Amino acid sequence: MKKLLTATLVLGLLGIFALPAQATPQEDLEKFQNYFYKKFPNTPKDDFINGVYSIDADSREQWESIEEFPPYELSIEKGEKLFNTPFKNGKTYASCFENDGIGIAHRYPFFDTSAGEVITLELAINRCREANGEEPLKYEKGDIADISAHMKYTSRGNTINIVIPDDPRALAAYERGKKNFYAKRGQMNMACADCHIHNAGNKIRADLLSPALGQVTHFPVYRSKWGGMGTLHRRYGGCNKQVRAKPYKAQSPEYRALEYFHTYMSNGLASNGPGARK
Amino acid sequence: MSIKMRAAAQDGVTTIKALISHPMETGTRKDKKTGEKIPAHFIQEVVCEHNGNTVMTAQWGPAISKNPYLSFRFTGGNAGDTVKLSWVDNKGNSDSSEASIN
Amino acid sequence: MTSMKRRTFLKGSVATGAVGMAISAGLLTPRMVLAAWPKAAFEATTVDDAINGLFGSSGLTGSEQIKIKAPDIAENGAVVPISVETDISGAESISVIAEKNAQPLAASFVLGAGTEGYVSTRIKMGKTASVIAVVKAGDKLYSTGKEVKVTIGGCGG
Repeated sequence: MKKLLTATLVLGLLGIFALPAQATPQEDLEKFQNYFYKKFPNTPKDDFINGVYSIDADSREQWESIEEFPPYELSIEKGEKLFNTPFKNGKTYASCFENDGIGIAHRYPFFDTSAGEVITLELAINRCREANGEEPLKYEKGDIADISAHMKYTSRGNTINIVIPDDPRALAAYERGKKNFYAKRGQMNMACADCHIHNAGNKIRADLLSPALGQVTHFPVYRSKWGGMGTLHRRYGGCNKQVRAKPYKAQSPEYRALEYFHTYMSNGLASNGPGARK
Repeated sequence: MSIKMRAAAQDGVTTIKALISHPMETGTRKDKKTGEKIPAHFIQEVVCEHNGNTVMTAQWGPAISKNPYLSFRFTGGNAGDTVKLSWVDNKGNSDSSEASIN
Repeated sequence: MTSMKRRTFLKGSVATGAVGMAISAGLLTPRMVLAAWPKAAFEATTVDDAINGLFGSSGLTGSEQIKIKAPDIAENGAVVPISVETDISGAESISVIAEKNAQPLAASFVLGAGTEGYVSTRIKMGKTASVIAVVKAGDKLYSTGKEVKVTIGGCGG
């Protein structure tokens, strides 16, 4: 124990933030969130869900102009229509979800102990389709993003509270996601943590790096860059490609584990999807 | 239905906010897969009418952003009045939508 | 010439389609649309030519009665929120020009009789440049400009 504490202290002095391997998720969570509260003392805690807009006034103003009538509204409308259109067998998406799919999207991802895996919202949408004799949708954009946008919109404002069940497989998924977040990858040999923890708030050429706290809450997202909606895993893939690492497939076990860890770290914050970003 | 519109009246002034689903292609972008230029496809004109009057004629070029937004204000207009917004693009496509002033 | 253009426009669209409905509703006539869209102005490659194309002259008078709201540094040049507000009496139109775009004229808003001197929209900007707003009132053209920085590159991907 003493050795571990010393190592953490040294890392702390070096300004390197690390989550010790033996800590519990709850301990990780406190450390993670406190790091950002300390790093950005002028940001109200609940504002981290707005990413760089919580730390940069000029871009916030542009974002607020966009939010006057955000382009993702087109997506929500499409998504609601898709959600309410019955499958060929007459059933609807509502039949696959709690509360008919309304106001529950913020509960994803969760660890399904009977299936032994992490279930994300998009995965659940496709599982619903397949269970009702429909072809699965592609996971990065298009209809899946629209349906996810609609479902997330009905959950807007709900508090994220991912609970890791007392199951070694769930803990393993969490640890796998955590490992992914901190692992160096790609030709540029960078980890998610390098940009979004150590360099959060700094510029990388012309872009401002968003803090990892509150980073997933606004997905799916309409990015001006994409000129359309995209899912979290689309962004994970894009980020991996940007450090010249081979991306994982959307909804692969690796990205689902990453999403599990990444979302858990935003416990206590409000779900605010879908979002608009540059 | 490509137009989402909100019309609200306050102190004798009606504010219109519209969001239109449209690619607004400039004609200079290249298709990543084929390398071919994607043809220009953009809204050229947006017209808004209230009580038989044209309150706004917006002439657009391809430099208006994809999924374009437009907002403007006019005097008069009472809650319950109908406002009609229409657009025509360079390919001859069009759409129109009506909204009630709140 | 005009009749040929009109035939192209009507081809395949009058029979069914929303354009046909709009035309029959008297809302838009092909002549109205084609004649009204200032092609030369939109295709002009210089600010002067764009203004000339719109108004037949390019003499501008600087005015403090025009306010442009635009970011100092655009987050993404593809979607730059801008609004122009003016209290110049008799304002008939507000035109928006992105000085360094390949084709500078972005839009021209013709105001109805009771319409306020205010427009808000989102434009594409290719590079750092002035956003110029031109207000036509009577036979005068008033203008002001605001520089918007456009940066490309980072990790925004």
